[in-house]
Amino acid sequence: MKVDCRIDIRNLTRVEGHGNILIRIHDGRVQEARWEVVETPRFFEAMLVGKRWENVPWICGRICGICSVGHTLASIRAIEHAFGIVPSGLTEKLRLLLKHMETLQSHILHLYFLSAPDYLAAGSVFPLIESSPDVVARAMRIKQLANDLVDSVGGRRMHPTRTVVGGFTMLPEKEELVPFRDRLKKAVDDLLMTAVLFGSFAVPEFSRETEYVSLKGVADYPFIGGDLVSTDGVLRGEDEYREMTNEYIVPQSTAKWARLSRASFAVGALARLNNNFDLLHPLAKEVALNFRLRPVQHNPFMNVTAQLVECVHVVMRSMDLLEELLDGELREARPKVSPKAGAGVGAVEVPRGILYHYYEFDDTGHVRKCDCVIPTGQNHANIQHDLEELAADCLRKGMDDGRIELLAQMLVRAYDPCISCSVH
Amino acid sequence: MTDRNAGGTFLGVPLYRPRTAFFELASCEGCQLQVLNNEATLAPFLGLLEIVNFREAMTGGTDDYEIAFVEGSVSRKDEEDLLKEIRGNARVLVALGSCACFGGVNRLKDRFDPDWTRKTVYGEAPVESGRARPLEDLVAVDLKIYGCPVKKEEVEKVVTNIALGKAVVSPKYPVCMECKANENICLFDLGEPCLGPVTRAGCDSWCPNSRAGCWGCRGPAEDANVEQLEKIMQEHGFAQETILDRLECFGGFARFAEAFRRRRREGAE
Repeated sequence: MKVDCRIDIRNLTRVEGHGNILIRIHDGRVQEARWEVVETPRFFEAMLVGKRWENVPWICGRICGICSVGHTLASIRAIEHAFGIVPSGLTEKLRLLLKHMETLQSHILHLYFLSAPDYLAAGSVFPLIESSPDVVARAMRIKQLANDLVDSVGGRRMHPTRTVVGGFTMLPEKEELVPFRDRLKKAVDDLLMTAVLFGSFAVPEFSRETEYVSLKGVADYPFIGGDLVSTDGVLRGEDEYREMTNEYIVPQSTAKWARLSRASFAVGALARLNNNFDLLHPLAKEVALNFRLRPVQHNPFMNVTAQLVECVHVVMRSMDLLEELLDGELREARPKVSPKAGAGVGAVEVPRGILYHYYEFDDTGHVRKCDCVIPTGQNHANIQHDLEELAADCLRKGMDDGRIELLAQMLVRAYDPCISCSVH
Repeated sequence: MTDRNAGGTFLGVPLYRPRTAFFELASCEGCQLQVLNNEATLAPFLGLLEIVNFREAMTGGTDDYEIAFVEGSVSRKDEEDLLKEIRGNARVLVALGSCACFGGVNRLKDRFDPDWTRKTVYGEAPVESGRARPLEDLVAVDLKIYGCPVKKEEVEKVVTNIALGKAVVSPKYPVCMECKANENICLFDLGEPCLGPVTRAGCDSWCPNSRAGCWGCRGPAEDANVEQLEKIMQEHGFAQETILDRLECFGGFARFAEAFRRRRREGAE
């Protein structure tokens, strides 16, 4: 039986941003298990006040380097809601395609670069370049496809240049999109190989009953806008997001925490999947079932598996979207934007979970108030509660310090936290 | 210790792989992510360096490095201390991206009283924060890679030149030159504001290529005539506020934005 243990991880590695894990076990009891967020705030909600609407998506995209497409789209959606602008069907398709490719890029980064090294006993992906070149080449191929397609549609893979309120500054040429047909097809094979690789990993057995929050899909697995739902049965409209998030401040974190029906809840791939399993593409569903992943799954380590399932889903859906785009006309006029006084919410499922942007504008289109609720911010309290339970669980199972330390890190990594984004 | 010359050769001469570290202060970590982008050239790129510290991507970093890439601006004491420590360890310190070079978008909050800023976001909770400063306000910076985000091709060029012992020079001319060479329609003719005529080139007119006007994320070109650009933009009918928004967005034109505000204030009096 384990009696004493002291784990002190400052600036956890292979996650975005700065967080610490502290675990104290004394005399056979967990005295403390703590997830601290020490990231410097950048005060985006203050810096936008007084700025005209044109600046807002451009600046807000800079909240996050990994999910800049999602932030930009949530920001644009909030402004369009405030001004009463309805985007065209073509714009919606192109935005969804961008969103899918960001999901793919980010999930692959997490699966191969951040998560897999734990299962392959490596410190990073770098040694794998020599020891498992095929595996790394496969990861690169999928990631590059996602990034290249964002370049073609959004103008740039990070902090996109073409996405604006009302639509796009410029649309891709069809000839530019055609080669992505084959590349997407190849990505399906690569993802099925990825499933074989991840199927060989022993996912830690751990589970804690959790409330999962996401967008609620209607006709398709949800990514951009719609109602908000939780596995505890809460249902709200997009503009009622505050009732879904209930943010509050705690001393151990410069990111705000959130709660709903319980002390904490979780967002992300697993939450989306738990709430919208039936809307997955059949192939994605098949992959999920091969991993015995079905709703409601309460093992947070399975979030990584859920990301893999989502990769399959977004690639399959992107193939359909691409055909629709190539069949139609890739041309549209950019609508004139007339600002007016009002407020708007934009909810978008970004790789790490549901993201909300909210702005209030005066009648000249200047920001009076701004609120951004970040997925990882919504997950912090849940990570804290999981960590407490995991420490107790490890203690019961008599694990050694090294194993507890590894599992604690893997737990936080499983959430794929985007910490600087959560503090913003 | 790994073989430092395992990176290959250039013209038959073995390359020296400098021990390299990546760090981030207040930022979106996007510039570091850009380093992992350009998947097609990632393996040869990594062959030029021995990465020994890169928290976002690897476990088990060390303080024994020669080159440090630092992303982000500085606003807290702990960041100041870390930056000074990095400066002490590194032979070459590279500021990576607009936040590190100029303070970046993080500076926009400094338009306001810091107490108001803190209360707007955190209410009465005690949260430490200061002005967002570029690295060179605190330590000597050897090289700057501009941009929000940085362009990977430029990072590759800089790293190649460091590995080959060649000089690293940023273009002195403005983005407008690259944009003309790319045969883009002038953004002014499309009714879009643009800082291309005064912003340092090197991005291959990234935003104008997508019909989005330049926001000046790379800071001023040498001998940039910002006042003349203001006049031209006013002739094209752009509001003063629009020009100021662009000038102050990424911090590179901070002194011009400040002068602009001063002139507006004096004009209003």
